[in-house]
Amino acid sequence: MARAVSTRRKVVFTILAWSVALLLFFPILYTVITSVKTEGEAISGFSLIPSFTFENYVEVQTQRDYWRPFTNSVVLSLLSTFVALVIAVPAAWAMAFSPTPRTKDILMWMLSTKMMPAVAVLVPIYLLFRDWGLLDTRTGLTFMLTMINLPIVVWMLYTYFREIPGEILEAARMDGATLWGEIAYVLTPMAIPGIASTMLLNIILAWNESFWTIRLTTTNSAPLTAFIASFSSPQGLFWAKLSAASTLAIAPILIMGWFSQKQLVRGLTFGAVK
Amino acid sequence: MGRITLSKVNKTFGATTVIPGIDLEIENGEFVVFVGPSGCGKSTLLRLIAGLEDTSSGKISIDGRDVTGEAPAKRGLAMVFQSYALYPHMSVYNNIAFPLKMAGTDKAVIDAKVRDAARILNLTNYLERRPGQLSGGQRQRVAIGRAIVRAPSAFLFDEPLSNLDAALRGTMRLEISELHQKLGTTMIYVTHDQVEAMTMADKIVVLQAGNIEQVGSPMDLYNRPANLFVAGFIGSPRMNLATGAAAERYGAHTVGIRPEHLKLSTAEGVWTGTVGVAEHLGSDTFLHVDVKDIGAMTVRAPGETALRHGDTVYLTPEESRLHRFDKSGLAVR
Ligand SMILES: Nc1ncnc2c1ncn2[C@@H]1O[C@H](COP(=O)(O)OP(=O)(O)OP(=O)(O)O)[C@@H](O)[C@H]1O
Ligand SMILES: [Mg+2]
Repeated sequence: MARAVSTRRKVVFTILAWSVALLLFFPILYTVITSVKTEGEAISGFSLIPSFTFENYVEVQTQRDYWRPFTNSVVLSLLSTFVALVIAVPAAWAMAFSPTPRTKDILMWMLSTKMMPAVAVLVPIYLLFRDWGLLDTRTGLTFMLTMINLPIVVWMLYTYFREIPGEILEAARMDGATLWGEIAYVLTPMAIPGIASTMLLNIILAWNESFWTIRLTTTNSAPLTAFIASFSSPQGLFWAKLSAASTLAIAPILIMGWFSQKQLVRGLTFGAVK
Repeated sequence: MGRITLSKVNKTFGATTVIPGIDLEIENGEFVVFVGPSGCGKSTLLRLIAGLEDTSSGKISIDGRDVTGEAPAKRGLAMVFQSYALYPHMSVYNNIAFPLKMAGTDKAVIDAKVRDAARILNLTNYLERRPGQLSGGQRQRVAIGRAIVRAPSAFLFDEPLSNLDAALRGTMRLEISELHQKLGTTMIYVTHDQVEAMTMADKIVVLQAGNIEQVGSPMDLYNRPANLFVAGFIGSPRMNLATGAAAERYGAHTVGIRPEHLKLSTAEGVWTGTVGVAEHLGSDTFLHVDVKDIGAMTVRAPGETALRHGDTVYLTPEESRLHRFDKSGLAVR
């Protein structure tokens, strides 16, 4: 009897889990489906069966340059991630291995900046960017993306570094490792999985960031998020083309995510030896 | 050589004094066990000797050399941690080789030493594995291997067996004792398990609240505990204690008698009691007896005893084995 109940529960939970996953994935799926519809099909109501036309993709690419925003997205997400890591690794390191009574407060304060709605600082930041000539520049946007993701990067790294047990570092010290020996042979190899998964996550976040990337750019440094947005305004709405543009914009990051999922999970589960 | 001297060693963390001041002499080649209840400062004392904590005041010297301010690696000691603290990203071979690499030892010499240690510790077949692929006992041996290759002047162990199950603990206990006989190196071993202390030590240091209660050989501590704390801590099951009239009769404030030194009779004796729980260990039976005017006492009876719950028994302490304590808890001799 107990067994029957647990089987039924299993079935229910499986169905529930699949439903939630499908629900979350559905917008993406529908975008892809819409992207291979004709514009007529796209506005004629809900349908899951497209006519599999690739016209939209051709049109999107001839109407607008895809490669420039693509290059911008790649450069911006990689560069901002790199800069964020350069700042966050030593910061998180210091907070994890020699915490002071204030460390927790600083971490909380950093996180609290993420709780503020971005619009609240839109005007001052826009004006500053304008005055400093940073509008529509890769430099300005890299700076912006670095800053908005930095709190999360520091937090993630801090959590990973905290997982490294102090006794291992003490063992290294007993074994005669100098500070540099400790960092090179023990700390870094143990921290790399955490750094790698932080890096991957941050690339994804930076790639998808659309509030600032759309507002602080026009053409020169506009990444793919702005590329999508540009299809939603000028000549009225063209759902199919918009979907094709979106698909082109998210495809690279989806592919990267797919291939690095092992690394992402490994980074999350890499524990020390007990 | 590994002669370690502590003089007036004191350790405070902020406002809390963990070790008020300890004087201790550890001879070369000795197996010394620090034992005491949780939080008494055993680990702190060991870490002070290792150099992982700075002494607040006092002096630590090894073979006559003052090492108080010296870095851990310079002291020539090796430590085995409770969590093993192996390097998870290195093979067993590289774990054991690590201290030698750090010392800049020649590759061929490292190889010879690592293989030698692996042979002693039965790890030869596991050298290519990662620590994560080993059992608890094997990990412990790797940690010991990493300590051995450095040929330290003393080994420091901090509760190395507490993560192992009872059976493995017994085997490893034996292995560490054998290792000590083979190497003849000073070993300092921290545990809160008095059985480990009794079976392994040449010298036991009983600690309480950062103070040394007594130092002596296991049999010394068992036969002549200096105070009530040591009397209660060493020996299993614990020593029976009685106060009041029962103690005054023997001219003391408190008397103590071990379960194995009580004569059991169904006819006559000094104390009368009723059998409560009987614990059968096979070789012995421990009877928990509710003694009139004194309270619970434990008595060792033969394995095949006929006594049952509710039986009336008479107990008589062997007078030569009776421990007498004064009002402040110090032993009266
Ligand atoms: N870094 C520290 N800061 C403040 N107090 C500490 C610190 N380390 C240890 N203590 C305190 O010192 C006392 C002794 O700690 P220690 O770890 O030496 O105990 P122990 O005898 O090894 O106990 P256990 O058997 O539980 O391992 C404890 O009361 C502990 O709270
Ligand atoms: Mg301890």
